[in-house]
Amino acid sequence: MTVAEIAQKLKAHFGELISGPAEFRGEITLKLTDSEKILQVCGFAKKELGFTMLLDISSLDNYGEDPRWTLVYELYGCTTHQQHLRLKTNVSEEKSELPTVSGVWPTADWHEREIYDMMGVRFRGHPDLRRILMWDGYPYFPLRKDFPLAGKPSELAEVAFTKAAPQQGGPFVTLPGGKDTIAREPRVRTPEVDAVQTNARLERRRDVIGAHAPESGSR
Amino acid sequence: MPAQAMHTSAEIGYNSKIEGDVVHTRLDAALNWFRRNSLWPMPMGLACCAIELMATGASRFDISRFGAEVMRFSPRQSDVMIVAGTVTYKMALAVKRIYDQMAEPKWVIAMGACASTGGMYRSYAVLQGVDNIIPVDVYVAGCPPRPEALLDALIKLQSKVPDRPVVKEMTLFSHQKETANVA
Repeated sequence: MTVAEIAQKLKAHFGELISGPAEFRGEITLKLTDSEKILQVCGFAKKELGFTMLLDISSLDNYGEDPRWTLVYELYGCTTHQQHLRLKTNVSEEKSELPTVSGVWPTADWHEREIYDMMGVRFRGHPDLRRILMWDGYPYFPLRKDFPLAGKPSELAEVAFTKAAPQQGGPFVTLPGGKDTIAREPRVRTPEVDAVQTNARLERRRDVIGAHAPESGSR
Repeated sequence: MPAQAMHTSAEIGYNSKIEGDVVHTRLDAALNWFRRNSLWPMPMGLACCAIELMATGASRFDISRFGAEVMRFSPRQSDVMIVAGTVTYKMALAVKRIYDQMAEPKWVIAMGACASTGGMYRSYAVLQGVDNIIPVDVYVAGCPPRPEALLDALIKLQSKVPDRPVVKEMTLFSHQKETANVA
């Protein structure tokens, strides 16, 4: 059974809830329109479709857009069909909450704790939603786009303190996809110039995507 | 027998055969010499520098040539803390507590770029140099430093040890203790 067939099965069962599938370089991504249904979808994917393993959960901060958060679930049928499926779902900033899938795959426990720690997205029904890397009582969520790389000062008596790190003229930002190493190298980048370069990069990317997947059109 | 005993003690008190091997020195210098050549490290291994620290302790580089082979994982029995690696804010107060638990006299070597300045981690999570929380005697450059560099730091620290007037410190300390008891 290929992953495309499995994706169609999932789509047939949940209908409107699932959009896609989008294919890119042989990998299939499904989008779940309602993040509240993630538990049902994941439960079904494990029980009926043989996705016995959760490889990873990651979170994206689409800062300045609504909904702000995107959560990405990487599913794998380890002992069954050995196919990989990606599930994405959006969560708004006001809500910043969705159901936990730690009841489906126990490994989700720590993935979700890390996302809570770094992004501040909460998981309803999680058995032990504490910070996993930073200490309890640290007041910020450091992987958010509006959190400075240097950090912010904080103080928790007897536990830990933080200070803003000196940037010495930075932060120095690399530009992925720049036309040569001089364009890509880490340096101070001003927003206006950045925008021009980023647009040029996105144009190039669209060209590349068009060249590699002309007939799919779902992206 | 009394006569016999007297004879024996006389021999120890003065023996012309060993006369040439007696060394005269100041007590300070002797005590510092002992200290200098048995600096027991407290290996504060926090990141990849700890691997080079282990290499320094192993046979090829052999830190025991300088009397510092006794790596004690107890701060109570160590003289020099080698902070080897990235000090995160989460670990910072633990490092300070371990330093506080070490008995005087004590020294600190900041090994590598991270322990000295935060290194490449100009970030929210990393302390920008362990000298923000504890006094550092020797900084070692490198990412990570070669074992030779750590040994060089140890030798530099050894040359720094004799600066301390041990006897004066000890008498001062006991005097302070007495006055404290009286008060």
